[in-house]
Amino acid sequence: MKTLILKDIDDLVIGSLGIVAFISFFVGGVITIQTALNIDNPLIPKYLIGFATRQSIILEFAPTFTSIIMAGKVGSFITSSIGTMRVTEQIDALEVMGINSLNYLVFPKTVALMLYPFVIAIGMFLGILGGIAAGVFGGFTSLEDYISGIQTDFIPFHVSYAFIKTFVFAFVLATIPSFYGYYMKGGALEVGKASTTSFVWTSVVIIILNYLLTQMLLS
Amino acid sequence: MIEVKDLHKSFGDTEILKGITTNFEQGKTNLIIGQSGSGKTVFLKCLLGLFDYEQGCIAYDGKIFSKLSDAEKRNLRAEIGMVFQGSALFDSMTIAQNVMFPLKMFTKQSKSEMEDRVNFVLKRVNLENAHNKMPSEASGGMQKRVAIARAIVNNPKYLFCDEPNSGLDPKTSIVIDNLIQEITDEYQIVTVINSHDMNSVMEIGEKIVFLKNGYKEWEGSKDTIFKTDNTSVTDFVYSSNLFKKVRRMYIEENE
Repeated sequence: MKTLILKDIDDLVIGSLGIVAFISFFVGGVITIQTALNIDNPLIPKYLIGFATRQSIILEFAPTFTSIIMAGKVGSFITSSIGTMRVTEQIDALEVMGINSLNYLVFPKTVALMLYPFVIAIGMFLGILGGIAAGVFGGFTSLEDYISGIQTDFIPFHVSYAFIKTFVFAFVLATIPSFYGYYMKGGALEVGKASTTSFVWTSVVIIILNYLLTQMLLS
Repeated sequence: MIEVKDLHKSFGDTEILKGITTNFEQGKTNLIIGQSGSGKTVFLKCLLGLFDYEQGCIAYDGKIFSKLSDAEKRNLRAEIGMVFQGSALFDSMTIAQNVMFPLKMFTKQSKSEMEDRVNFVLKRVNLENAHNKMPSEASGGMQKRVAIARAIVNNPKYLFCDEPNSGLDPKTSIVIDNLIQEITDEYQIVTVINSHDMNSVMEIGEKIVFLKNGYKEWEGSKDTIFKTDNTSVTDFVYSSNLFKKVRRMYIEENE
């Protein structure tokens, strides 16, 4: 089981670092540029660019929208890999051997994805860093204003809120795609359909839970 | 021995198995044959405990499967080896890892003991140099042999094979058939084979159970199947002109 968990950490968590880092860095940059371009009133202080970027990244982009992207990457991988095992009778082989296949296949993925907040933390950091790069090197703000902005009215609970959401989404990312893979019927075509359905439902559940958690934790 | 009594299995309103009673003997290759849709695969999956059934009982050496506790079922399953139609090798593991898998799950052997056992069974199925290949790098015949190696690595008492020759050329089919028969004889296991392949029936059918529309229509052996006057069996087994000729010659020779 330990080997399986380590393999799933490699496949699902470490394997996602690259795409999350890339997207976070550039989206952070875009948020900064768009915020700067929309502040045309000279009375609005420039440090608000850093402030808005920080809030957008920490509260929504990193935990929620990265999770939806991960529903496509990690979720489809889980559904298709388990679904292929179903189609090729590998799950039946486990059952015949007396192995609890559901536990054998899903539990390591669930445990591995409990490290998913680590990916989101890196996403948050790189998003804000991308904002600095785009804002300062693009001439939209100064480094001092940006640093001042990301320190303004900082509420530590917002980070906790983001990580609470991330833990919940990690569970969703592990279980819903596993469900669609494990209980699929048919052949190769159905594996593709199951992956698509799993992505849709994982995204829907993440969006609904995001609303409910925000209502519960922030209002 | 595996004893089956009055086995009934339905999916919704459709009854697939309609009261099958038979037994599968130790040290013999027992074949289940029948047309597509006759209930062979469902019967095999009931024997394996993959499907629950509504009525009847299956006993493994006197132990009634449905009355066993979960722990007893797990222990029994550790004594079962299965060769799936598509081999069902784990894609993410090498051939050696696939074969070692049951040992890792069910024994407390040291790594060197497991490696020795894997080397032994891979040699037994003539795959000495394939340890580090991935299943996708192996041919269909090799995959079947790996599946057989995985099925026997834990010294099973019962070996089940679901159409072990499907997708294989005639020469490789004979190799696989002979291998299964040798292993059955050597380890005195109960082997149950689900097959469409009439060559297998003639070569290794020490006991043959013929299913038709969910009923056990006939049972016998590769010798008695030549003499049977059951038209359902003869229509199925001797459907090709070649087999009709073979049967005629066999009967003429033995008259």
